[in-house]
Amino acid sequence: MASLTVTDEQVRGNPAKVIQPAWVRVMHWINALAMILMILSGWQIYNASPLFAFTFPREYTLGGWLGGGLLWHFAAMWLLMINGLAYLVTGFATGRFAKKLFPITPSGVLHDVRAALTFKLGHDDLTVYNYVQRLLYAGIILVGVLIVLTGLGMWKPVQLYYLVALFGDYPTARYIHFFCMAAICAFLVVHVVLALLVPKSLRAMIIGR
Amino acid sequence: MAKRSFLIPGVDKRLLIKDSIKTMPDVTRRRFIAGGASLGALTLLTGCDVVDSSSAEEMLKQVSKFNDAVQAFIFNPDALAPTFPESAITKPFPFNAYYDLDDAPDVLAADWKLEVRGLVDNKKSWTLDELYKLPQVTQITRHICVEGWSAIGSWTGTPLRDFLKLIGADTRAKYVWFQCADKEGYNSPLDMRSALHPQTQMTFKYAGEILPRAYGFPMKIRVPTKLGFKNPKYVVSMEVTNDYKGGYWEDQGYNSFSGS
Repeated sequence: MASLTVTDEQVRGNPAKVIQPAWVRVMHWINALAMILMILSGWQIYNASPLFAFTFPREYTLGGWLGGGLLWHFAAMWLLMINGLAYLVTGFATGRFAKKLFPITPSGVLHDVRAALTFKLGHDDLTVYNYVQRLLYAGIILVGVLIVLTGLGMWKPVQLYYLVALFGDYPTARYIHFFCMAAICAFLVVHVVLALLVPKSLRAMIIGR
Repeated sequence: MAKRSFLIPGVDKRLLIKDSIKTMPDVTRRRFIAGGASLGALTLLTGCDVVDSSSAEEMLKQVSKFNDAVQAFIFNPDALAPTFPESAITKPFPFNAYYDLDDAPDVLAADWKLEVRGLVDNKKSWTLDELYKLPQVTQITRHICVEGWSAIGSWTGTPLRDFLKLIGADTRAKYVWFQCADKEGYNSPLDMRSALHPQTQMTFKYAGEILPRAYGFPMKIRVPTKLGFKNPKYVVSMEVTNDYKGGYWEDQGYNSFSGS
């Protein structure tokens, strides 16, 4: 006999299923804002005493001068750290990390990198991350943790001396902080390009489905 | 023929669901636009214009005050700045100021006196010879500049807390406020707990030699638990006070606590 109700099976099969839950979307965009504020103010701070033979163009810095850049950096850090911590806790507690980011196997990564380079990597099911995505997302979370720890160490090298000691010394922590920023910028470029190439993934990060 | 199930006889269930979803996307669509709007807001917020707006500046000032409180809270008066062997000293140790070395104060030792004011029992001024007679210690620590660079140096002098005890300072007061001979009048407030930190020093020597003009002759306040700009050079007076009197860089926006 035909049923008169919609079963779970059927609901799951319809296109309205949630790909990105609300907490992921909210935290993702707060993180995006915080990261951009941190990067642009960080470039302002970098320019005051460059580590390398270049400075960032003034138009791409925040704060107007070193003092302003520092105010932005040490304000946006709260947004970044509180949101980031909430994301890590929720990600582990809900099992999302375990489910979406793992396992990451070398053969899986190799296979998907090859598929991506030959434009054969499918995005039919956005709920399942391919191995390249898993590696990049897990990797960027680690970089995020590293940039916060080096940043905290540089902010309080005496009170949090063990953080600085963990990275060697103060100047080393500063270099690691810089390279983490560079890695995040590189990720950002690839991430945005791919989101634009697969617009339904951007849509899912905004409306969830 | 494949078996099909019907919610309403004669109506394809899948098509029905599809149709009913079409009536919903209104909300979904609006949410999409709202998402787009927040993207726009993001661009707006990161634009440089917002820095000029007074509301953003006011917000940043408030957060900086909050950061002062956080730093005071996590400040451990017993946590010592790392010390280094002589081999780690940065050579040459950089001269750093908002003016060229040629414009640095050229203090005549014979004319100079350290003036002591505020909440202290003994307000007598101190000559350099008198100060040199106080017990001195040497420490090799890292000077960290607000700009990000750092350098290791060797400083010798009298722990500030010993001097404060000697002059009968009210150590329950909030600040020790330093004034300097720099052009434009450099000054900086130091919170009492940092002033009483065992490594905070009235410095008279650099690398075992009388403090050269470049590093703040005749007296510098070395505070290894603070950023460099909170380590005043060419000091001419100190005032123990409960009032926040501001500072040369603090007034321009550098975080006032700026602890390490």
